[in-house]
Amino acid sequence: MDILRFATAGSVDDGKSTLIGRLLFDSKAIFEDQLEAVERTSRDRGTEYTDLSLLTDGLRAEREQGITIDVAYRYFATPKRKFIIADTPGHIQYTRNMVTGASTADLAIVLIDARKGVVEQSRRHAFLTTLLRVPHLVLAVNKMDLVDYSQERFEEIREEFTSFAAKLNVSDLTFIPISALHGDNVVSRSENMPWYQGTSLLHHLEHLHIASDRNLVDVRFPVQYVIRPQRATDPAFHDYRGYAGQVAGGVLKPGDEVMHLPSGLTTRVAAIDTFDGPLEEAFAPMSVTLRLEDDIDISRGDMICRPNNQPQVAQDLDAMVCWMSDNMKLGPRSKLVIKHTTRTARALVRDLHYRLDVNTLHRDESAPALGLNEIGRVSLRVTQPLFVDDYARNRLTGGFILIDEATNGTVGAGMIVDAR
Amino acid sequence: MLQSDYTTSQLDVLEAEAIHIMREVAAEFERPCLLFSGGKDSIVMLRIAEKAFWPAPIPFPLMHVDTGHNFSDVIEFRDRRVAELNARLVVASVQSSIDAGRVVEETGRRASRNRLQTTTLLDAIEEHEFDAVFGGARRDEEKARAKERVFSFRDDFGQWDPKNQRPELWNLYNARIRKGEHIRVFPLSNWTELDIWDYIRREGIEIPSIYFAHTRKVFERDGMLLADDDVVNRDEEELVFETVVRYRTVGDMTCTGAVQSNAATVEEIIAEIAATRITERGATRADDRTSEAAMEDRKKEGYF
Ligand SMILES: Nc1nc2c(ncn2[C@@H]2O[C@H](COP(=O)(O)OP(=O)(O)OP(=O)(O)O)[C@@H](O)[C@H]2O)c(=O)[nH]1
Ligand SMILES: [Mg+2]
Repeated sequence: MDILRFATAGSVDDGKSTLIGRLLFDSKAIFEDQLEAVERTSRDRGTEYTDLSLLTDGLRAEREQGITIDVAYRYFATPKRKFIIADTPGHIQYTRNMVTGASTADLAIVLIDARKGVVEQSRRHAFLTTLLRVPHLVLAVNKMDLVDYSQERFEEIREEFTSFAAKLNVSDLTFIPISALHGDNVVSRSENMPWYQGTSLLHHLEHLHIASDRNLVDVRFPVQYVIRPQRATDPAFHDYRGYAGQVAGGVLKPGDEVMHLPSGLTTRVAAIDTFDGPLEEAFAPMSVTLRLEDDIDISRGDMICRPNNQPQVAQDLDAMVCWMSDNMKLGPRSKLVIKHTTRTARALVRDLHYRLDVNTLHRDESAPALGLNEIGRVSLRVTQPLFVDDYARNRLTGGFILIDEATNGTVGAGMIVDAR
Repeated sequence: MLQSDYTTSQLDVLEAEAIHIMREVAAEFERPCLLFSGGKDSIVMLRIAEKAFWPAPIPFPLMHVDTGHNFSDVIEFRDRRVAELNARLVVASVQSSIDAGRVVEETGRRASRNRLQTTTLLDAIEEHEFDAVFGGARRDEEKARAKERVFSFRDDFGQWDPKNQRPELWNLYNARIRKGEHIRVFPLSNWTELDIWDYIRREGIEIPSIYFAHTRKVFERDGMLLADDDVVNRDEEELVFETVVRYRTVGDMTCTGAVQSNAATVEEIIAEIAATRITERGATRADDRTSEAAMEDRKKEGYF
């Protein structure tokens, strides 16, 4: 069985948490004690129905305010697949938590309230999911019960969103009319919308093909940790030297010619080791240990790739940055710590090219800085060479985080668009 | 071209993620430690640590917060595992915290050392200057845990601030802290109870015998079966009887309930868990029943 990771997105109160609750409930992934707790809380607050959003809104503050503040992770499995759900907050103040949940998602469900249509926050979140290159997008038009399950309204919203999406990089987009509250088209097809010819949301999630989303072409192995068991009890391992890491792209096999960066030296893969024995091949997202035929000085932060397919070795990066600090702005001369794959360095902002208006996608080139939750294109100069790919080609070698040295907080998420 | 779809099974994906997290901690922190209680999650976590650094030994010590009210079977298991791995075990004792006047023993029928553990844990982290502490908590266990990051920042007082967590993108974890602060790391965040059991079966991992059905003297309280033992205070009305039970979680005897079960093998346990309609904490933990946000409140104070 494989895993599909998906995230919810969309504006406040569009029904994300309710949808997840409904999905869990109708697929029988809710336990009796969880349901009882939610029923009790709903009753105590005088809600006349069972508020399924309480299944994911687990923090005290969330329940008090009736909103989602941080991502909730939930799990369920059907005979087809295991699902990891990130239910993210819609409130603009918590955009960074939405970004956290969406960064690893294979699919995002952007919800829209059928009464309100496409609002600014729906556009912001749809844009963020495409910026983060979530490969599959579902636009769920929710609360269809409140618009009499009207096909006309659904089509209006579909058109409105389609024209916005034309400006984005969406590779796979599906529209589904639903009612999270009543369960229409969530787990099974709704009888209230006979005009809808597509599948239910769950059916879509179960049958989506995701294996081809991974990069199996460009071999990328960021060295994470060097294994040298000097005090191993078995003398056979006395001279052992293995390079541990998680494959970030491509397929590695024993005997393959590989190149080490930054040295540029080439050697061959002697073995792919694991605790359970040697492997014949390794690919993402496997965590393995490589042994190489030649003794090369290799340490954490280095990269192993193929001689004829190398990442950019770059100290100058252009990236789209989503800024997430509430007490500091990002502008020219900002100095930060950058963490990219297993390498950490310092970065200086050379230039802010523009700030994006997420509503219109207009580029404001006169913006002096990025504030909380703003997105823009920046040029960075890094103190050490990084081994990078365009984010569009590889999320793991194209993404980085920025850390504020004063507070140690994670304040930026970057997606590389160009490197020198 | 050879046809291969390069898919990875869910257990392999979860294992690869957990190994990556462990190596990241070993690379970025100076003094990590792994909380090892002898319970199923920490047993799986220990196996992952073995795998992550093989053929080298696990490069950090293990720590057990011992309430003094643990099942003897589990303590024996713990010591055997530590000896097999030739690992270093730090035992932080709640009894010592009581003796030193750091905490006061609760009294009465519901007296438990569960909450006292937090002080013992935080004192030990400070004493040994641990900067990263691996825990076996899973997000599927409880609604506050469902909100926690893999790298969960703790301030000088060991506190968790659920409203101000660091963003955590891709597989990039922010390991930066100041002296006195630490990070709780949860490599099994994305595992479910069923994943844990499937993994125990697949790997043929040994677990303490109290997880399997056995005959035990118990009494009923709040719909839970508590062990009849000197350390558990009991009223006259709470009648002791003998029945066949097993434990779904392993914790302090005073607040961990047994479930009625005949599951005597890992396969039978898996069948039982797959069919159960009650969560593991709901079935077995009195500590979560005190209020709606009991776990969140304890976590804010620095609990596991
Ligand atoms: N009538 C109707 N109400 C719905 C539907 N889905 C959600 N709601 C209601 O909309 C309100 C907000 O739902 P939530 O699920 O909390 O919304 P959310 O998108 O998770 O909100 P944030 O996480 O705070 O951004 C609740 O009162 C729900 O009961 C629906 O399909 N029909
Ligand atoms: Mg919500």
